[in-house]
Amino acid sequence: MAAQKDAFLSQLNKIYAGYVGGFALFVAILAILEQMGVPDRIIGYLFVALTIGVYAYIGILSRTMQVSEYYVAGRRVPAIYNGMATGSDWMSAASFIGMAGSLYLLGYGGLAFILGWTGGYVLVAILLAPYLRKFGQYTVPDFLGARFGGNAARFVGVVVLITASFVYVVAQIVGVGIITQRFLDVSFAVAVFVGLAGILVCSMMGGMRAVTWTQVAQYIVLIIAYLIPAILMSVKLTGVPIPQLMYGVALERIEELEQAMRAAGQVVPYHVGAFVDARGNFSLPSAINFFALIFCLMVGTASLPHILMRYFTTPSVREARQSVAWSLFFIFLLYFTAPAYAAFAKLEIYQNVIGKPIAELPAWLKNWQLMSPYGVTWIGVNDANRDGILQLSEFRIHPDVIVLATPEIAGLPYVIAGLVAAGGLAAALSTADGLLLALANALSHDIYYRMIDPHAPTKRRLYVARTLLIMVAIAAAWTAGNMGADILFLVAWAFSIAAAGLFAALVMGVWYKRTTNTAAILGMAVGYVVTFGYLLHTEFFGLHFIQLFGDKAAITAAFRQYVGIAAISAEAKAPIQALLANADAIKDGPLHGWLLWADSVVLRNRVTARLWGINNIAGGIFGVPISFLIIYVVSQFTAQPSAAMQEFVESIRIPKGGVRLVDKEQAVD
Amino acid sequence: MAEMVDPSVRTPNAPPPDIDAATAAAYWKKTSGLMWTMLAIWVVAGFVIHLFAPSLNKIHIFGFPVGFYLAAQGSLIVFVAQLFWFAKRQNQIDEEFGVAEE
Repeated sequence: MAAQKDAFLSQLNKIYAGYVGGFALFVAILAILEQMGVPDRIIGYLFVALTIGVYAYIGILSRTMQVSEYYVAGRRVPAIYNGMATGSDWMSAASFIGMAGSLYLLGYGGLAFILGWTGGYVLVAILLAPYLRKFGQYTVPDFLGARFGGNAARFVGVVVLITASFVYVVAQIVGVGIITQRFLDVSFAVAVFVGLAGILVCSMMGGMRAVTWTQVAQYIVLIIAYLIPAILMSVKLTGVPIPQLMYGVALERIEELEQAMRAAGQVVPYHVGAFVDARGNFSLPSAINFFALIFCLMVGTASLPHILMRYFTTPSVREARQSVAWSLFFIFLLYFTAPAYAAFAKLEIYQNVIGKPIAELPAWLKNWQLMSPYGVTWIGVNDANRDGILQLSEFRIHPDVIVLATPEIAGLPYVIAGLVAAGGLAAALSTADGLLLALANALSHDIYYRMIDPHAPTKRRLYVARTLLIMVAIAAAWTAGNMGADILFLVAWAFSIAAAGLFAALVMGVWYKRTTNTAAILGMAVGYVVTFGYLLHTEFFGLHFIQLFGDKAAITAAFRQYVGIAAISAEAKAPIQALLANADAIKDGPLHGWLLWADSVVLRNRVTARLWGINNIAGGIFGVPISFLIIYVVSQFTAQPSAAMQEFVESIRIPKGGVRLVDKEQAVD
Repeated sequence: MAEMVDPSVRTPNAPPPDIDAATAAAYWKKTSGLMWTMLAIWVVAGFVIHLFAPSLNKIHIFGFPVGFYLAAQGSLIVFVAQLFWFAKRQNQIDEEFGVAEE
């Protein structure tokens, strides 16, 4: 058996080595074509068309009519390949395009994303992945159903899964839309559906099996596309091709330039300063939000079903553990490069853009003064004091431009810009694929097969799965088209929702034998309702929230913020203005107390409330502990799980042998 | 990929292992110990060390302020290394108690 396994692995190695060679050759040919005078637009088309074509080809080759192939890729994905697939499943448009930009804008504060989106894998490896692999069925709700007495727990799990994954997939489809729109030059609504076709062709025919092998291919494209521009930028600015080591030089230079600008009386944000406000003073809320966000992103990582289900596909428990380590390694390659991007871009802008005459700005700046889908231009230059010189406060850059514009900033040929676009597309497509599959599996396997028709024949189950996949994809694309671009916060929401709903029940289910069914169901439901409710309430009904929890000063401040938002109509403002006119009548909120207080900030053109000053993107910080507490306390007051259930928990803790299911109905077919 | 061979599809309903309760308990105790060690490293690398970022930032190495470096690279390297070490160590524990997969 071991020899057969090695043969399989070496065959895979050969296939993917050939693929890397082919991709390099393709890039080289395009570079030559560019030199021969082929227009940029054609190069862009070729990049998008050829990479999507390859993914589709893999998807079609991997088509299958077997249930175990469709749901868990036949459980024979070697650890290292599963690591790559998880890496691209994990890294979305937000990581590829957005993260370096956030680091550029926020400096140290943006590192919360770097830490939060890597450290969670420690929790996956030590608390969950090996045990879920040993349990060995198809989906995360399968585990909840088997461990916590059937369909009630399964259903709550499915609700959390669908909410979190749907919110997340909408964001990915917007990402695909943005890239397609820019490089194929079509309208956003059309771009969304073109991207969708690209996603479906990979996942529909072959389910998990197709998605796995496509994701490996996508990882290779996205990591090459991310590293090459960073390396070239490093060479340009420092002469050494190791951006991850050399950006220290850039950071030092940035600090000097910041200081010079401050000496000239400007307000300059601190790039490397930790937990400071714009003036450089220690800020407690920024420290609290930093750690709360890290916590939510980490715990969310260990709860998102599209990630956990990847560890159902390895051949063994042992490989599941190794696979988590490989996943994190492949993710790390991109994440430890992102701060280098941000630093090099910032240095370039501080050195060669700020303080220069506006008439002499570099060409790439002018190329990016295009309209973005966010309703403003990507880069804005506004000579407010009319001195003809660009000051920092007169310059605005959208964070998403940082990675996309790097090739031009570094003066590289267009073929590199095409490569970056192909990489961004690979990142967005691969995550969307994984998420759609998780959603469709929850609906077809957990709802249809487990709860509605347990005797459905294999063929019908797989057709139902495919039909649902298309329906979910269209619903997500429709939402993406209508939500527009106001989605970045939704990604962080998905983490908080999954963390609060699933993490405690999954961990306690494995690690605390006494966890009872009632306790787990209650814990999941309350964690989910508290967190999702908090997110919706503070985001969309911020004024109402602050009127409940804020004191008089906070409520007045929130009203002033509301009246000051330009995007809100005069009619909507009128009642608030009337309240402000009689400011003495404003009272402390009914739920306000010395332990309960709230303030508000203006975000995304809304007055967003914050309990204890915590931004709602870290809303899981409330739900996760509540969920743990409920599960623990209720378990003490409900009848102990049966001996058979305790044996089941014993059997998933030990790698050897089979699993002792309590209920044979829950067995995999 | 359609032509790939199918090396080892494990049957999910294989009989449960014949392991006595004492071995299972000792195995789980050691596994839990490793889990808590890992969790402690995670807490330190993920949270505790960054509490000191403002002071650590005053030290520069190769241009990097140390507090910034730890959040941008240092902790990440710790996470990756700890996971490879965990996979190896847990495997040793499995073999020590004879509960590893065949």
